[in-house]
This record gives sequence, C-alpha cells and structure tokens, in this order.
Amino acid sequence: MADSVISEIPPTMCLEKPSIDFSYVGIDAILEQMRRKAMKQGFELNIMVVGQSGLGKSTLMNTLFKSKVSRKSFMGTAEEKIPKTIEIKSVSHDIEEKGVRMKLTVIDTPGFGDQINNENCWQPIMKFINDQYEQYLQEEINIDRKKRIPDSRVHCCIYFIPPTGHCLRPLDVEFMRRLSKVVNIVPVIAKADTLTLEERDFFKKKIREELRANGIDVYPQKEFDEDAEDRMINEKIREMIPFAVVGSDQEYQVNGRRLLGRKTKWGTIEVENIAHCEFAYLRDLLIRTHMQNIKDITSSIHYEMYRVCRLNENNTQANGLADHHPASHEI
Amino acid sequence: MQERTMAATEIARQAGEGARAVPLSGHVGFDSMPDQLVNKSVNHGFCFNILCVGETGLGKSTLMDTLFNTKFEGEPTQHNQPGVQLKSNTYELQESNVRLKLTVVNTVGFGDQINKEDSYKSIVEFIDAQFEAYLQEELKIKRTLHSYHDTRIHACLYFIAPTGHSLKSLDLVTMKKLDSKVNIIPIIAKSDAISKSELAKFKIKITSELVSNGVQIYQFPTDDETVAEINSTMNGHLPFAVVGSTEEVKIGNKMVRARQYPWGTVQVENENHCDFVKLREMLIRVNMEDLREQTHTRHYELYRRCKLEEMGFKDTDPDSKPFSLQETYEAKRNEFMGELQKKEEEMRQMFVQRVKEKEAELKEAEKELHEKFDRLKKLHQDEKKKLEDKKKSLDDELNGFKQKKTAAELLQSQNQQPGGSATLKKDKERKNFF
Repeated sequence: MADSVISEIPPTMCLEKPSIDFSYVGIDAILEQMRRKAMKQGFELNIMVVGQSGLGKSTLMNTLFKSKVSRKSFMGTAEEKIPKTIEIKSVSHDIEEKGVRMKLTVIDTPGFGDQINNENCWQPIMKFINDQYEQYLQEEINIDRKKRIPDSRVHCCIYFIPPTGHCLRPLDVEFMRRLSKVVNIVPVIAKADTLTLEERDFFKKKIREELRANGIDVYPQKEFDEDAEDRMINEKIREMIPFAVVGSDQEYQVNGRRLLGRKTKWGTIEVENIAHCEFAYLRDLLIRTHMQNIKDITSSIHYEMYRVCRLNENNTQANGLADHHPASHEI
Repeated sequence: MQERTMAATEIARQAGEGARAVPLSGHVGFDSMPDQLVNKSVNHGFCFNILCVGETGLGKSTLMDTLFNTKFEGEPTQHNQPGVQLKSNTYELQESNVRLKLTVVNTVGFGDQINKEDSYKSIVEFIDAQFEAYLQEELKIKRTLHSYHDTRIHACLYFIAPTGHSLKSLDLVTMKKLDSKVNIIPIIAKSDAISKSELAKFKIKITSELVSNGVQIYQFPTDDETVAEINSTMNGHLPFAVVGSTEEVKIGNKMVRARQYPWGTVQVENENHCDFVKLREMLIRVNMEDLREQTHTRHYELYRRCKLEEMGFKDTDPDSKPFSLQETYEAKRNEFMGELQKKEEEMRQMFVQRVKEKEAELKEAEKELHEKFDRLKKLHQDEKKKLEDKKKSLDDELNGFKQKKTAAELLQSQNQQPGGSATLKKDKERKNFF
C-alpha cells in the first residue's frame, strides 16, 4: 500500500510465485529487462593507445584483454618500421565473455613522438578524435537515422609515459594538456619494472604535481564526480594515478601456478600481482568498474561540447563548411 | 603529409571493418558491463508514462490504483465536460532499489459529448506535444538529454466498454488515429459484466474489427528467446479483460482484492476470473523496457522525421545539414514569434484606437452636459431677476398704498377737529398730495 514497498513473500506463500504476493508490483523487474536488452545488443568500446614506439603499448592491450587484440598481432608484421608520420590505425574485434558480447576497437598511433621534430604531433590524433565526433553528429542529425548509431567515438585514450623517473617531458605535457579537453586520458607509466618502488612513488608524485600545475584534468576528472560516494572512490584512484604498469602475454610457472609475467635473471615479475605493478588497478578501472562511466563521460560531456562548438560556429559563420581545423578547438 | 595520414587511417579502418572474433584466454572482466549499466540506471531512476483513454466511468483510475498498488488521486470526474481534456499526474514509486517516476495521463470527458468527432484531436495533440518537447530538447545547442524528464507516452491503455457486441465507432476512429503515435494496448474494462462465453466472442470480434480496419496495436516482442514464448501466448489473449478493485475481501483465510456481489466475488488476481494478472505481467514485469524503446525508436523517430521533412529539410545535401537544421529551426521559430508579435502589436493598436474613440465620445457628452448646465443656470438667473423686479414694483406699490392710507387717516382725524381753515388746509394738502 505505501509508496516504498519492499517485495516480501509471506511465509505461507513461499512456495508459490511471487506474483500472488499482494504488495509486489514488479517494477524492479525492469532491471532484468534492461539487462536482457543490453546482453542482446552488446557493447562497444573504443580505446586509443598513444606513446612512443617501444613502450609496450601493444603488449599492454593484449594483456588487458587477454587476447591478441593489438594491431601488430593482426597485421602480423614482426618487424616494425617506424613510420615517417603519425598514422592512426584502428582494429576491431568481437569478444565475448559469459554471454556478454563486446565490440572492442583498439586505435593505435604509430609514429607518435618518434620524429626528431615532434611539433604538432598531436594534431592528427585530435583530428581523428574530432572526426569520430563529427561522424556521430552527422548520423544523429540525419532525418532518417539508424536505430542505433554506431559509436566510433574514442572513449578512452591511454597515454604511455616513458619510465624516466624524473618528470614529464614537454611533449607529454603538451599532448595531455590538449587532449584532456576532448577525450578521457588515462596516463600510465610504461615498463614500470625498470623503476624501484621508491623511484616509482617519487615519479608519480612529480607527475601528479606537474599535471596539477598545468591544469591537466585526467580521468577520473574531479568535476564529473556525481555524488559523495563517487568522489570517495575516485579520490582513491586519483591518488594512484598514473598507474605503473607492466604488460606481458607470456605465462610462467610461479609457485606452482601459471601466471602472466616477465621472467628475468633476478626474478619473475607477476603482472597481476599488485605488489609488483599496478596493472590490476588499471584493468579494474578500465574494464570492471568504470567502463560505463568512461563511455558516459565521452557521450554526455566531450561529445556534447564538440556538438555545441560545431553548431555554434556554423551559426555564426556566413558560409557553413569553412575550414574548421581541430586546432580551433585548442586553447 | 596530412594526406598520407588520412589515407593510412582509411586503409586501416577498412581492414578493421569486418571485426574478427577473438577468443579470450582468461577472465578479462567486462562481463560486469550489464551490471555497470544497470547500476547507472538505478542511480538515475526510471520513468514510465501511461495514457489511459476511455469513456468516463470505465474504471481507469481504479485500474491504475490496482496495477500499482497505491491510491493515486482525486474524485471521479463528472460527465458534463465540454471537451476532452488530458490530466496528467506524476508519482514517485519505489520498489527495492528501483525508483520509478510514473506519470498517469487520463482523458477527462472522453465520450461524453454529443458530437464526438473531434474527441481524438486533443489526445493526438497531447502526444505530439510530448514528442515536440523532446525534439526541441534534442535540437538545442546546449542540451541536457541525460537528465531530461521524458514525458513521451510509452503505453496507451485503451479502455473498451463491455458491451459484448463490438467496438464503437468512436473507439475505431480514435485507435486508428493513435496507432502510429503510441503503443496501444486495448483492454476490456469492467469485464465482470460479461459472461465467459460472451467474452470469448467479444474478444474475437474486437480483434477481427481491429485487423479489418488496419489498426496496429502493440505486439509483445517475440525476438528474445527468454520471453518469446510467454509474449506470443499473451499476444493471443489480447484484448485483456480486466477488473480493477482496491477493496479487500476475505476469501478462505487470506485477504484478496476483489469485487463482492450478492451472487459471488470476482477476484482481481485470479486468472480464471479476469486477465488482470496477464496485463500486469506484460505491461510492467516483462515489457516495460521494450515499450520505452519502441516509443523512442519507432514512434518518436517517425514524428521527428515527419516534423523535419515538413519544415523542409532533406538528407540529400549533407554539407549544409547540421547548421541549417538548427539554424532554420531557429529561424522558423523566430519567424513565428515575429508573427505573433506583429499580431500582438495590431491588437494593441486597435485597442488604443478604441480607447481614443471612447474618450472622444465621453468628452463630447461632458461638453454637452456643461452647456446644458450653463443654460439652465442662465435661465435660472433671468427668472430670479424678473422675480426680483416684480417684487420691487410690488414693494413700491405697497409703499405707495401705505402712504395713501396714512394720509387718509390723518385727514380723517383733522376733519373731526373745529376750524374750517384746517379743512381748507386739508383740501390743499389733499390737492397737493394728489
């Protein structure tokens, strides 16, 4: 009778269907309905990896998704020539786990930061990201539009910081400063097995300071915390950023178990052991707890911001399709 | 340099187009995605909007009360409404951790008029208005779609009067106008008035009439195996024959919701007595999400497409699209506002004119009155003067007469004294006097 009803099954009726229970309306069945719909539709996730060559980007992707999802595995070229310009290569996979289907797209950026003169190397990347937003916007604006607009927007950009142990390089700062405005950036310290724990902590602290000093807002962004509970969880994450990760797709025998790791003469680094590296935290953040949140922030904040700019700029310009360079979105 | 980069992107994307299935060699953890999605929705809350269309007195409010197990609102409506109005009420319900914002819209006065030709119009206008509000929000430049309170109608329960024969023409016309705008679920109201055999015939008649008139009612979806079976069975039971009641009656040793008659008791939740349980099952427990999805992906899209095409947009020139859509929409809206303003100006001017005229009239009248007053005053003064003159002359006469009288009296007294000279004197005086 009251508005706040908790479904209870009276003891005399515990063998019968809950529908005979008086006070149970069945509103919470909508959760099950949503779940069914989600399972049927499947999910999409687009991750971009950015960093100099040799930082273990492809290996990390393979480790994250426990399969050969990286471009290298797909293209099959063992020897890699560093390209003369930045290329954007995206590869899609259909993966499935316990009935949940996901279309994972890994976007690789070979050539980033590898030239002698790296000026404006973020431009092709920003252009790519904005192109995805543009594609989505065009489809959304159609009169006759698809039931489900295919989502190719970049949800998350993992930025690989080389493990120098000192501080961020100007390239890192420039890139993250510009891109944190259009996409969720998750910075990671690559190949963290070259740093001792103290060096790691020092490095992380230095990086966090520099990010703060430059006003760079990486994921999870403070301003998008929804409530106190969210803030609490995200604060803990923000204290750990950037995650110091080690990637590996090779298994070794450790204490009688087969574990993913890197074997060296002085020991085996277990990838999923949080005492060794923070890969597990990264995986949990990206996949197990915050994946939906990452997608939401992309669609309701970054994409909306792009849309506002786009619609405004073409309302004020005399001719519609003037050259709106992605650089115009930069500050 | 940039061209090469673009070309590289193109090629890579083509290669990735046919996404390949890749087996996983361990537990990754994205099977928690449905949970993440559900959790986010739970935090956000849900909303569901039901429209009840049916003649007054068919038990619409009671059925809503019974379905959602609460007492919603107000008193039953009178039968003397001049037109069909839509009254909508929003309630916040909660069950375990699910918060539902339920909006129930009632058609007040449906079927009460003598001329029912336009009855369906206010319903169609209402539904369109909700679509329009959503479309406006979607077209805004700065929009907040994720926190928008969706008022679009997700399900329309059409209440059919339990005549036992066939659909009324009002029902057919209304349903035909609504079937492309909303999910229609026809139900037979107050079905305890019909016997079982009559009910079966009635249902068949209704279904065949709907089919022959091309009315598209909502079909419960059968593409998902988990619910395909129950949905297809239920599709065969449409329209549902329902009985609503919020009163409880003791049957055996438990209290059930029922309607008590001298000849027996109709139990609402007894599937042998009526289809209430089926309706609740289908509407809430199995297909609520599908109803919402159909509203968004089918009915709303249709409305949007028609509206945009009506305003003259086409998909064929992609270059000018994104901006002209927003721009022209704004322009048209401004145009409309401009017209409204012009009309307002005209009306205002007319008003001012009328006021001036009236003022002039009144001034005239006032002037006349003044003149009249002046005239009267003058008249009055003249009269007064005349009177005074007359009075004066009368006074003079009176004085003369008095003098004469005094003189005569004096003469009389003198005559009585001896001495003739006095008479002479008197005579003289008398002569002098005359």
